[in-house]
Amino acid sequence: MEPDWIWGLAGGLLIGFAGVILLWGNGRIMGASGILGGLVDGSARSEWVERSLFVAGVILMPLVLYPLFTKVDTHISPNYAVLIGGGFLVGIGTRVANGCTSGHGVCGISRLSLRGIAATVFYLLAGGVSVLVFRHILGVI
Amino acid sequence: MRNLISLLSGAVFGAGLFISGMTDTSKVQGWLDIFGQWDPTLAFVLGGAIIPMFIAWRLTPGRRPLTTTLFPPQPPVRIDTRLAVGSLLFGAGWGLSGLCPGPAMASLGYGGPMHWVFFAAMLAGMLIAPYVVRLLQRPQTA
Repeated sequence: MEPDWIWGLAGGLLIGFAGVILLWGNGRIMGASGILGGLVDGSARSEWVERSLFVAGVILMPLVLYPLFTKVDTHISPNYAVLIGGGFLVGIGTRVANGCTSGHGVCGISRLSLRGIAATVFYLLAGGVSVLVFRHILGVI
Repeated sequence: MRNLISLLSGAVFGAGLFISGMTDTSKVQGWLDIFGQWDPTLAFVLGGAIIPMFIAWRLTPGRRPLTTTLFPPQPPVRIDTRLAVGSLLFGAGWGLSGLCPGPAMASLGYGGPMHWVFFAAMLAGMLIAPYVVRLLQRPQTA
């Protein structure tokens, strides 16, 4: 098994190419929370087909690859409170901030957008503090 | 054509998220765990993703996308309360759960039922977000 960082780099490059396809193909920013959020709250009714197909691609491709890989445990928490609280915060936060790791992180930073860079600094800081508090102080994760 | 491009982009995105380790919550939390056993893998993911996109952005001036006339306009430079508060809330939830929106979708198919619990809560949060935005804007409009 190759070291993790090679898989990380290869996967990262694919994520970047996916962003290039959407940008140069459809003139759109590849932001997971924006594409999904627009579907959920109905703000992107005119684009629902192309957005749904994007989401379908994201969900189905790992299913195709899954049998080819070993060691694919997602190590998700068995704790309902952790998942519901975490999901809630991620949903609210990404829509309030208008972007997540893909939109602000990948697409924003690569455009040298100040907003993307600032958002990434904020969510990395909060993520670091969150793991510190919930893992090392409270011990729930 | 736009639909096909969307599907292709989603599929490549899903493949990248899957093989990079972004859907492994322990790797994500390991990366955010700067005060414990720090795992640098995700720095390679983010770095790898930025390289093709950086080149793609550099090539946009004077050109147009395949199916439309304009590239997305440059967002306003302003860093406002919405961006800061939203990103801090998102980061807190990301650290707690180890999942952000892309990987939350990518792991739905194979990750097991707990991923659906997270996904449902995330969608609920997305529906509530407009009310939080109104709450944040109240002090300025009053």
